Amino acid sequence: MRKLFLPLLIMTAAMFAYAPVAIQNAPYESTMGLVQKIFYFHVPSWFAMFSATAVCGMAGAVYLFTGRKDADRIAVSAAELAVVFGLMGLLTGPLWGRKAWGVWWQWDARLTSALVMWLVFVAYLLLRKYGGAGSEKLSAVLALFGMANVPFVYLSVNLWRTVHPKTSVVMTLEPDMGRPFLLSTLAFLALFVLVLAARVRLENTRAALDDVYLSLED
Amino acid sequence: MRRATSFVVCLLFLAMFAVAVMAQQPPQPPEGFVPAASVQGQEQLPAAPLVITAYSVVWLLVFGYLWSIWRRIARTEHDLAEVTRRIAGAQRR
Amino acid sequence: MSPERRQSFAATVWLVTRKDLIIEFRSREVVYTTLFFAVACVLIFAFGFVREGVAVDDAAAGILWIAIAFSGTLALGRTFERERQNDTLRALMLTPMDRPALYVGKLTGVLLLLAVVEAIVTPLIALMFHAPLFAFPVWIASLLAAGTLGFAAVGTLFAGMLVRARSRDVLLPILLYPITIPVIIAGVRGTAVLLQPEANLPVARMWLSILVFFDVVFITLALWTFEPAMTE
Repeated sequence: MRKLFLPLLIMTAAMFAYAPVAIQNAPYESTMGLVQKIFYFHVPSWFAMFSATAVCGMAGAVYLFTGRKDADRIAVSAAELAVVFGLMGLLTGPLWGRKAWGVWWQWDARLTSALVMWLVFVAYLLLRKYGGAGSEKLSAVLALFGMANVPFVYLSVNLWRTVHPKTSVVMTLEPDMGRPFLLSTLAFLALFVLVLAARVRLENTRAALDDVYLSLED
Repeated sequence: MRRATSFVVCLLFLAMFAVAVMAQQPPQPPEGFVPAASVQGQEQLPAAPLVITAYSVVWLLVFGYLWSIWRRIARTEHDLAEVTRRIAGAQRR
Repeated sequence: MSPERRQSFAATVWLVTRKDLIIEFRSREVVYTTLFFAVACVLIFAFGFVREGVAVDDAAAGILWIAIAFSGTLALGRTFERERQNDTLRALMLTPMDRPALYVGKLTGVLLLLAVVEAIVTPLIALMFHAPLFAFPVWIASLLAAGTLGFAAVGTLFAGMLVRARSRDVLLPILLYPITIPVIIAGVRGTAVLLQPEANLPVARMWLSILVFFDVVFITLALWTFEPAMTE
């Protein structure tokens, strides 16, 4: 696992270095023009956020039912990443929307449900910070309930008429736009894995410190 | 070795940022974006500042978060070293 | 499940619910305070949303569900606080009963309490906002039932989980509201389309089915996670 870190890091750096060039060369969208290029990092941020919530939920479930501490460490790291990537999506979206829709925010199905999802994981972090002992299990339950929302968020644009572009947009991208998009998505997912590894390392170090303190008490 | 790796990584990220800034330079006028004739006096929002802001947000968040993780790891490892040293000192006595 | 075990599950649920009801009936503390709080909520929001003596459109639906959410949170906190004070929760967990039965028993108690509150608040809102809440009594009752069930299902689980946690009073709303916002949205939209001059029944049905969907998902998740979450 460790050995993969550096090659992945270099690959990610290379992808991020090339991405702006690829995005610059992608054709302009006919109705939205330049501002549509935010799409190339807005959508991948949300993909990364969903991956983070999936990891958090699954790791939390493993911890809840088996008591494995390393699962809990992965869960709390993934939750923090979910908040960070979600924040990215929530900030880039309105910047795009301001130009494309004329308003910074709309209370439509996709935006509302995405914001709520993000809030669930902010609540997760608050619970971990202020809930005291035993909050690891409680947060795992919260993550599971949060994950129940995910299909709702994803499908909301297809179920209701909203201003937000539908999910089919991604599938029907023409190759000139599809390739930079794929590159950005891969870059963000690779970045997600890297940052998750770094964050888990922090948790492991904290756990080692706790173990040392505990052994002191013996 | 770790320092060298981090230095290389920092350089790579800086290079990416530079390329990004240069790539944003002159945006061509978007084809197909024809303002309707009936729209009068309504100012068209320039898109470039929005795109640049969005880009910066992403970079700032990524860097900021990585830096925060780095700082926290450093602090925890410092504490760990400190406590281990104290234990070793106490055991020697 | 064999008939004997099914009997025992239902009997256990009834035992737990009956215990809560008896305690509540003796002091009536939670029901009176929750009721008063719900009415106060309605009044506060009424002052907020009334312009020149007339309520803003759709205000009635929103205020109804906000009152349910806020007073429900209070009731949930109070119900489990009672268990914490005499450490009776540990006693409950030690008895050899099905954990899910304990959860369902607590949930039933909370639902009955909220039903009483809603029975009083709904006519009050109909009166104060001239809202035709009794034009479609079955629909409104179904929406209220399904929505309250979803809210209470998550709330009972979280309130039980948080009994031993620090800062539990502020953490319950923090955890509960983001998860139950979709339930509240569905409830408000469903009620609002029924209160319009030309009520939109198909849309109300859609929101009702969403509520039922959430109920199923939440109750299933709650039954699944109640035991591991409550055991130390």
